Amino acid sequence: MTAPATRSDLSPSPRLTRLPGLGMIDGTFLTLAIGAAILWFAPVGMGRYGTYVLSLWLVMSIAVMGLNLTLGYAGLKSLAQAAFMGLGAYTTAILTTKFGISWYAAFALSGLLTFAVGILLGFPALRVKAHYLAFVTLAFSTLIWLILRNEQWLTGGVFGISNINRPDFFGIKLFGALEFHRFVVVVTFILAVALWWLIRSPWGRAFTALRENPIRAASLGIDTRAYTLLAFAIGSAYAGFAGALYAPLVEFIDPSPFSLSQSFFLLLMVVAGGAGYLLGPFVGALLGVVLPEWLRFAGSLYLIIFAAIVMLLLIACPQGVSGLMERGWAKITGKRGDAR
Amino acid sequence: MAEFIAYLIAGIATGAIYALAAIGFTLVWQTSQTINFAQGEFVMLPAVLVLLAIKLLGAPIWLGALIGIAAFILIFGVGFKLAVVDPMIRHGVLPLAIATMALSIIMKEGAKDGFSAEAQNFPSFVPTQTIEVFGAAISLQHIAIIACAFAVIGLLQWFVGGTKLGRQMQATAQNPMVARILGIPVERMVLLTFVINAALAIVASVLISPIYLAKFSNGEVIGLFAFIAAIVGGFNQVRGALVGGLVVGIVDSMAAAYISTQYRLAVPLVLLVVIILLKPEGLMGRKEERRV
Repeated sequence: MTAPATRSDLSPSPRLTRLPGLGMIDGTFLTLAIGAAILWFAPVGMGRYGTYVLSLWLVMSIAVMGLNLTLGYAGLKSLAQAAFMGLGAYTTAILTTKFGISWYAAFALSGLLTFAVGILLGFPALRVKAHYLAFVTLAFSTLIWLILRNEQWLTGGVFGISNINRPDFFGIKLFGALEFHRFVVVVTFILAVALWWLIRSPWGRAFTALRENPIRAASLGIDTRAYTLLAFAIGSAYAGFAGALYAPLVEFIDPSPFSLSQSFFLLLMVVAGGAGYLLGPFVGALLGVVLPEWLRFAGSLYLIIFAAIVMLLLIACPQGVSGLMERGWAKITGKRGDAR
Repeated sequence: MAEFIAYLIAGIATGAIYALAAIGFTLVWQTSQTINFAQGEFVMLPAVLVLLAIKLLGAPIWLGALIGIAAFILIFGVGFKLAVVDPMIRHGVLPLAIATMALSIIMKEGAKDGFSAEAQNFPSFVPTQTIEVFGAAISLQHIAIIACAFAVIGLLQWFVGGTKLGRQMQATAQNPMVARILGIPVERMVLLTFVINAALAIVASVLISPIYLAKFSNGEVIGLFAFIAAIVGGFNQVRGALVGGLVVGIVDSMAAAYISTQYRLAVPLVLLVVIILLKPEGLMGRKEERRV
């Protein structure tokens, strides 16, 4: 895991100076590769529903990964990740069902559209102050919700869009739950590696510099506005990609999973998993998406429990579960690696 | 014209509610850097608590109201500050803002599971009649909302500007460091703003719930408009939030009447974006209010 450079990183701790080094980062890549391999075979014998839940986990992880870039690396609050996901899902659904465009083109267009909208929203907001983005995205979230519900001719209103076809892969039909799951694994892996590469690149370093010390970053010649805007737009594009996968996975979409509450929920997943950790989103989505499916008896109480746990985590360990694991690992190895 | 007056009064009434919520939001933001994303739920919950107290304890309305209000002040005024804001703020503004989002989910889902998923009637203390003014039918409830809200805001304005305690609070909001040097008990002043925020939320809740009914999801729209009101007005103590609230309320009412009922929400959103583009410090704001 790439550890977020916390304040104590500045102190001369022999372990922490090594932690974000090359070895650890390759560990992240390795974890991704092994995880993808396991998930490729995991659903065998799990049944349709179990497979579906695993696929859903990965799809949500993509959206959370994007938000992690926005929040965890660039330090921006976006309250529209679910709305961006909705934009992607509806774009894909409309393009594939009404216009017969191939899923791959729709996928690319969904990402492109959400990226462009991200730029359009972020530009005026970030011109002023970083936290204005929160209010602009809040407003955008409501606007998308209104459009999804009211523009029946396009979105089907509250009835949504059904019969969304799953794509095929070079002639191989992906209609089955397992086949489509494997497709989702591949796409998730590609997107995760792309993000991993981005974070390691000078661009990614600039994002982290922004979060840690924007004034210093600016004084070092980083165009802070351009980079924050870019981080937000890429984060939003990931929501668009997630939406493009979500539509064919569920095969039916209506406005409810793209509401403002869902955007809040996605933010909580980022924090629960560990903001600023590349693998954090997978943990966060596991807690936010998979666990409630297993704990069905808890019903909507689960949402309350999850939110309460996140609040406790924020008090005890703002680095989330990833941070806790890192602390635990430091304890086991007997070294002082405590983040704070 | 008669129609216009009716819409105007309705807009001012809802605007006054948004103003109450926005003022509390601004106060808390200024004194403690807490961006309270649960502000809408703060307005939703008092009415629910009052009804819950009446239902569970079989108490008469006045007692239920007393219990509900006391519980809200205790939990979401004092408790919110001590249990959520204090331990969180040392990690920074961002974790705290996210914690308030978690709180908003807990409040909303809690009200849904613990109270009711359906809208419930809330007793009104004024008759639900309309009176004729210049040929326009105006609801007495709207007049009562406007009167109460303005009385409360006037009282607050007097408190902040005219009393020693209020001036200490204002000093804390403007510059905590200097306030501390001057011997102002900053911690207690910050706590006071949280209690005032809770009190304003209660007033807003009691005023709006007879019209909107008590429902767990009410906070979404009220919260959104309170944020918009605060930004449109400018984060400039009470005055900006008041103007922002009224502007948003009137714009919303007019949009519903003359543009589109489906997209009435969208018009204040457009207003928000226009303000951020053209006058980011808000209608009443001065350039650069905050220290970095």
